[in-house]
Amino acid sequence: MKTSAMNERARTDQARRDARDGVVAADEQKRAKTGAARYRPGVLKYAQMGYWNPDYSPAATDVLALFRITPQEGVEPEEAAAAVAGESSTATWTVVWTDRLTACDRYRAKAYRVDPVPGSPGQYFAYIAYDLDLFEPGSIANLSASVIGNVFGFKPLKALRLEDMRFPTAYVKTFAGPPTGIVVERERLDKFGRPLLGATVKPKLGLSGKNYGRVVYEALKGGLDFTKDDENINSQPFMHWRDRFLYCMEAINRAQAATGEVKGHYLNVTAGTMEDMYERAEFAKELGSIVVMIDLVIGYTAIQSMSRWARRNDMILHLHRAGHSTYTRQKSHGVSFRVISKWMRLAGVDHIHAGTVVGKLEGDPHSVQGFYNVLREGHNPQDLQRGIFFEQDWAGLNGVMPVASGGIHAGQMHQLLHYLGEDVVLQFGGGTIGHPMGIAAGATANRVALEAMVLARNEGRDIWNEGPEILAAAAKDCAPLKAALDVWGEVTFNYASTDTPDYVPTAAVA
Amino acid sequence: MRVTQGTFSFLPDLTDEQIARQIEYCLGNGWAVSLEYTDDPHPRNTYWEMFGHPMFDIRDAAGVMTEVNACRKTFPNHYIKVNAFDSSRGRESLRLSFIIGRPAAEPGFALVRAEGAGRSVRYTTRSYATERPEGERY
Repeated sequence: MKTSAMNERARTDQARRDARDGVVAADEQKRAKTGAARYRPGVLKYAQMGYWNPDYSPAATDVLALFRITPQEGVEPEEAAAAVAGESSTATWTVVWTDRLTACDRYRAKAYRVDPVPGSPGQYFAYIAYDLDLFEPGSIANLSASVIGNVFGFKPLKALRLEDMRFPTAYVKTFAGPPTGIVVERERLDKFGRPLLGATVKPKLGLSGKNYGRVVYEALKGGLDFTKDDENINSQPFMHWRDRFLYCMEAINRAQAATGEVKGHYLNVTAGTMEDMYERAEFAKELGSIVVMIDLVIGYTAIQSMSRWARRNDMILHLHRAGHSTYTRQKSHGVSFRVISKWMRLAGVDHIHAGTVVGKLEGDPHSVQGFYNVLREGHNPQDLQRGIFFEQDWAGLNGVMPVASGGIHAGQMHQLLHYLGEDVVLQFGGGTIGHPMGIAAGATANRVALEAMVLARNEGRDIWNEGPEILAAAAKDCAPLKAALDVWGEVTFNYASTDTPDYVPTAAVA
Repeated sequence: MRVTQGTFSFLPDLTDEQIARQIEYCLGNGWAVSLEYTDDPHPRNTYWEMFGHPMFDIRDAAGVMTEVNACRKTFPNHYIKVNAFDSSRGRESLRLSFIIGRPAAEPGFALVRAEGAGRSVRYTTRSYATERPEGERY
């Protein structure tokens, strides 16, 4: 009896000691080692190398990043966060003594906070701070090479997503930003108080230069402000780029004389080399175009080069976000479009496609509004509902005009104005060119719907609820609008979004 | 033709009541309303004549409408627009600009083409009305 009790006590004590040692061991693995122990050759946990520092308080001059991490089974979230901090700054897989030749405590990025993602078991938000000296001034290529260069294929992580970034004013000021900006673009166009209207020429491939220009002329004459080359219209057998540029300029100038308004066509100068792009852009300038266009796939450095060119030549620079969905759409892995928006504002484009909410392409309302705020506002407060984790001061950097394009039509005008506001280009491609009464009528329908909705909103009417009524009343004076509403009025694209912000409304985030 | 510059040119001409509501909206946002007129509606004629300074200190739409009517009476055959200026940081530009008066007949614009090398064309937009001197155009 007595022996049995003693054995029982011994077992309990041992269990207690094991538990305590386990905790100590786990803590040990998360604590940075110091001095000689830190630099003994071999492999340490990233946390032990100093990349996890929950006591670190980010400096105002730090670049901050928020990653969504999905660690492999058995990898502690703090260690996974430390690994991301390490691999995106100074670390390699093993200890190197050459760290000691540097101010390595400073250069080491610090994961300083890890929170479970609400409603997503196994995923964590990891906050990481980077010293400003880790980045070359004015280079998105350098910034992205650090922050997303190596870590996304890292084995201890199942998946990794860059959700948001905060740039200190000192860093923002190393970029020139959008060459024109929203305010100056409006002044050059002499168009105020309403969203701008555009359309992408369709079919996007196959038209000859002469036929292509016809679509541009009809759409601009009918009431659009801009028409647009699509992302993959460059210089193909059916239409050489010079031919397109010449016919488009004839169309633009004819439409300008027919309406008394400034008009433009985004001439896509995307090409295989920078030399070709510069040649095309120079030609567009010689012909008197007010805007040129590039695709996101040309790369960050090419975008920055074209931005400098546009700034030197008083040209509006339109960016089509070709390819972005390959890495922005899935919530668990990739780079959020809000980060791409921030990078492109720094890199310096005047227009960027940023979602429609109501159209055919991916776009949760709150996420899209978050992108728009990042592009347009001078200062973004933290706004978790819209996916904005960090306060961001843009330090006087010009705003980027977002472009809403893809499956939108005149019947949605009240929703578009409600969700997207005024500083936006609404692009109705099919919704203009597919109009039953012709392209010019399609353009007129969109313009009348837009002006009627802005007028009503300014008068204090509740456009969200009275929108269809307002459109129907405007259609009484406008047969093309009536026809548009008859054909498309009921068309909607109601699918669940894949990219929605994950947040807890009450969460307090530093 | 109809010159379609300005925010509401695709709608039927606004009534005085509609104009007053837009002005109320502008004043409610803290913007300063001003009036400008011209008889040269070229799309790149940036500087229309000012009908007085922006009305920074008039805070009711009725007061602005008095000026609107005075301008229309003085220039019955000119283009007249209402501008709203927002002086807040980062904007410091117009927020709304719409035409409220226009000549009875608008002859429109000729497109003049100067043909150059390599099929390029230099275009000039010229208002038919501006072939006559200022003040005698409409």
